[in-house]
Amino acid sequence: MIALLTRDLKLATRAGGGFGLGLAFFLIVVILVPFSVGPESGLLSDIAPGVLWLGALLACLLSLDRILALDWEDGTLDLVATSPLPLEGVVTIKALAHWLTTGLPMVIAAPLFGLLLNLPQPGYFWLVLSLAIGTPALSVVGTFGAALTVGLKRGGLLLSLLVLPLYVPTLIFGAELARRGADGQATTTPLLMLAGITFGVIALLPFASALVLRVNLR
Amino acid sequence: MTLTVFDLTVSRGGIAVLQGLSFELAPGRALILRGPNGIGKTTLLRTVAGLQPALSGTVTAPEESIAYAAHSDGLKAMLSVEENLHFWARVFGQPKIDIAVQAFELKDLLGRPAGTLSAGQKRRLGLARLLVTGRPIWILDEPTVSLDAQSVARFADAVRRHLAGGGSVLIATHIDLGLDGDVLDVGSFKASGTRSDPNGFDESFL
Repeated sequence: MIALLTRDLKLATRAGGGFGLGLAFFLIVVILVPFSVGPESGLLSDIAPGVLWLGALLACLLSLDRILALDWEDGTLDLVATSPLPLEGVVTIKALAHWLTTGLPMVIAAPLFGLLLNLPQPGYFWLVLSLAIGTPALSVVGTFGAALTVGLKRGGLLLSLLVLPLYVPTLIFGAELARRGADGQATTTPLLMLAGITFGVIALLPFASALVLRVNLR
Repeated sequence: MTLTVFDLTVSRGGIAVLQGLSFELAPGRALILRGPNGIGKTTLLRTVAGLQPALSGTVTAPEESIAYAAHSDGLKAMLSVEENLHFWARVFGQPKIDIAVQAFELKDLLGRPAGTLSAGQKRRLGLARLLVTGRPIWILDEPTVSLDAQSVARFADAVRRHLAGGGSVLIATHIDLGLDGDVLDVGSFKASGTRSDPNGFDESFL
């Protein structure tokens, strides 16, 4: 398990590994938004939590098809499936590696990006907290989508179509938590909902991912 | 550590390709599968390895005893030869890779990224993975593809050592490795080849 995690992290940081790709995309989205909606700081403050969450979600989506497709292409998945590692564990580790290389950098960089969008001062804490709680769900759900589409040629688009609806609850409550935090309103409800969704998918989806992966490996 | 296959019917894409296969593979024995392209050797090996379900019949093997090697070696181009081998050794809980490195003469290649290896060198690395699994039953699908004569001999030596050490090998190959083993011509088990229910749901709707 640890071997798989360290290997995935190592691969992500080597040439062509795609580490930082999501972060760069996130940065581009955040930079482009003021150009499209205008530089008015009040408007930017209003939409900042939503835009930041949407940017993080799209950046996450960008790297999903790499989670399993590369391992499928070079035969690693077949060999891992016949190894002592349970597939449920493999998909969990894959999701964790994806979060560490995509979600975590975005959580850390979020305050800086918030600055670019003139996020109100009380919102920083809540933005980082909402991303830290919400992005693991994006990785786990994304791994499920990757398992569904593994082996399909040009499966990336289908993957996006499958996964986006599943991202909606996380997006709603994540952005709502960040927005309420920025506005100084009560945050308990969206916080609990967001955390509930994340823990729910972490607990359940690896089993579904492993099941569809077994079917797809046939 | 005996692998027993009883009345096995294997299918590819919902169509039975081989049926009524029965054989036993005892420790120290090699079973060589022969047959023309497309007859279902790979399908049979994948089924025995547990990667796909059998249409009917049973495969009995002790748990965690099978090492499978097929056309793709599962190598990462950006990792060095040593890192690739170490990864598989750790996955299978084996501490050392020395024996594998020695058996396939990979010492000079250890520091090189696997992506820069030739096809034959990659194959050698892929086969070296078998030695770090520590598993007794090897299931090999055309292991000698793109190997030169010297490497084939080296591979045959490794298989012989494995057999001498109480392991067993189920191997599909077109060339003669000079192994002392039984030959099974799967051509005689060819299934009649009709789809059982063309309108039925299959597992892809699961």
